[in-house]
Amino acid sequence: MGASHGHALYYHGHSRIHHLAPEAKVAAAFAFVLSVALTPPTAPWAFGIDLAVVVLVVVAARLPVRFVLARMTIIAPFIAFALLIPFVASGPETRVLGLSMSREGIVGAFNILVKAVNGILVSVVLTGTTEQDQILKGLERLHVPVVLTGIAAFMLRYVSLITSEMGRMRIAMTARGYDPRWLWQARPIANASGALFVRSFERGERVHAAMLSRGYTGTMPDQQPHRPGGTDWLLAGLPPVVAGVTAAIALVVT
Amino acid sequence: MHAPDGFLNAGTAATTGMISAGVIGVSLRQAREQLGEKQVPLAGVSAAFIFAAQMFNFPVAAGTTGHLLGGALAAILLGPAVGAVVVTVVVATQALIFADGGLTALGYNVLNMAIVPAYGGYAIFLGLRRLLPRNGTSVVVASGLTAGLSVPLAATMFSIEWLFGATAPVPFDTVFGSMVGIHLLIGIGEGVLTALAVGAVLAARPDLVTGARDLDAVQLSDRPAIGARAFVIGGLLTAVVFATVVSQFAAPDPDGLVKVATEAGFADSAQDHAFGSSLFAGYATAGISNEPVSLAVAGLAGVGITAAVGFGVFAAVRDRRRALPSSTSSSPASVG
Repeated sequence: MGASHGHALYYHGHSRIHHLAPEAKVAAAFAFVLSVALTPPTAPWAFGIDLAVVVLVVVAARLPVRFVLARMTIIAPFIAFALLIPFVASGPETRVLGLSMSREGIVGAFNILVKAVNGILVSVVLTGTTEQDQILKGLERLHVPVVLTGIAAFMLRYVSLITSEMGRMRIAMTARGYDPRWLWQARPIANASGALFVRSFERGERVHAAMLSRGYTGTMPDQQPHRPGGTDWLLAGLPPVVAGVTAAIALVVT
Repeated sequence: MHAPDGFLNAGTAATTGMISAGVIGVSLRQAREQLGEKQVPLAGVSAAFIFAAQMFNFPVAAGTTGHLLGGALAAILLGPAVGAVVVTVVVATQALIFADGGLTALGYNVLNMAIVPAYGGYAIFLGLRRLLPRNGTSVVVASGLTAGLSVPLAATMFSIEWLFGATAPVPFDTVFGSMVGIHLLIGIGEGVLTALAVGAVLAARPDLVTGARDLDAVQLSDRPAIGARAFVIGGLLTAVVFATVVSQFAAPDPDGLVKVATEAGFADSAQDHAFGSSLFAGYATAGISNEPVSLAVAGLAGVGITAAVGFGVFAAVRDRRRALPSSTSSSPASVG
């Protein structure tokens, strides 16, 4: 599970995609991965079109290639699993480069690989061109319960604080000669995380009191009443429409 | 376990998505009853804690590290409803803002990592609490066992989803065996850390441990006296016993789930696979005629091999990730 969440994935820029309304971007991202998910693996050309569309969007967003590739490494364990599938899958076998593989397994591996790569590219574009609070704002405008986006906003606001508190505890432990190597030496870390929970929870109570004293009523005010124009929806809708049509054709043809 | 897009088919993604949305809807209502209008700040800061706890490296073996998953911990500290909401927010945020986990995979990722550990784990926790004496030590022990079991439980859930929504014809028993085997080991670390962390909270602010609300100060006054070493040994023993016993059920052909699969029309998942000729095919050892013994040996060998592979992975990545808890590489204990 990702320990690599120390910082967000936003890549500062001023492309047209950066400036699209967040709700249009979030909706488009979901619609796109959904269309790709519905595309049958027996139509490889369809994924070629999907990938080309995503790559075009990446280029339009002016995200650096190295940034995108570094973000993609997060799916590496699943790629490894997908590459194993042809060897452990059942069904009629075929020989590739002298190795015996299951034919259905190859299709299955291809299906997972191409959909996972597509999905992570979409996620990288969405998170790379949209700031955290904007994504939450977009979700809120798409009628995700305010409670959930509120909790998420709180989490994002306090996670770096709690993480650095944790880092300070760790430094204090190291300074006192704590250098654990085995699981049965983990007690101080567990104690520290217990203490961290108590401190976090108490901080939550204090923050809540402070918010109440400043007139908090349960929801945060919308400070950016920018509503998307029709062009935002049109632009953001283009990739998912292409992917949707591709998926429909692929379903009919195969 | 942050599965990417396309890992399970669209039907499974949609079904698990609807189940998750429904359960979270109910959980939100219960959370509101429990926390009132404090819900957003308290759940938010708790989510930040779980998020941070997933970066808290603990030692596993020979200087290698793993990290908490936190599903069971959240449920025991905050109650199943708030725990499920909190971990759901963590998982959903990881997918939406940190690009970890597919967007169409959100349904089953939330189900496996938030709902199953929180509610399934809490059910185990309550069951254990009923069996154990009413005191603080029992809460700690039950927390450890719950957290330890919640990890293979989530892996089992994933295997079941694979049974219905596999995108490749990998047999159920292969997926189940490797998923649950690896996660049994991860569960040991999860259990040890969760038990000790709950113990620490119990010592400082017992009122914050929802799972121990029914106990009064006198009952909690016994200080949990179990060391981490006892948990590690206990965890390993549990894994060995589990493997030996469970292998007896994994025996010949159609086991319960495969039978269900056959009847439901997923018969191909029960076909023989490419490992059919390997030493432990069908979970019995070649050359040992006594079937229970043979199965037990196969089960134990499975644990041994999994442990060896696990430690191999740990050893391989060990040097990259020492030092700071905020190191950016992902943990070996979390693969899958």
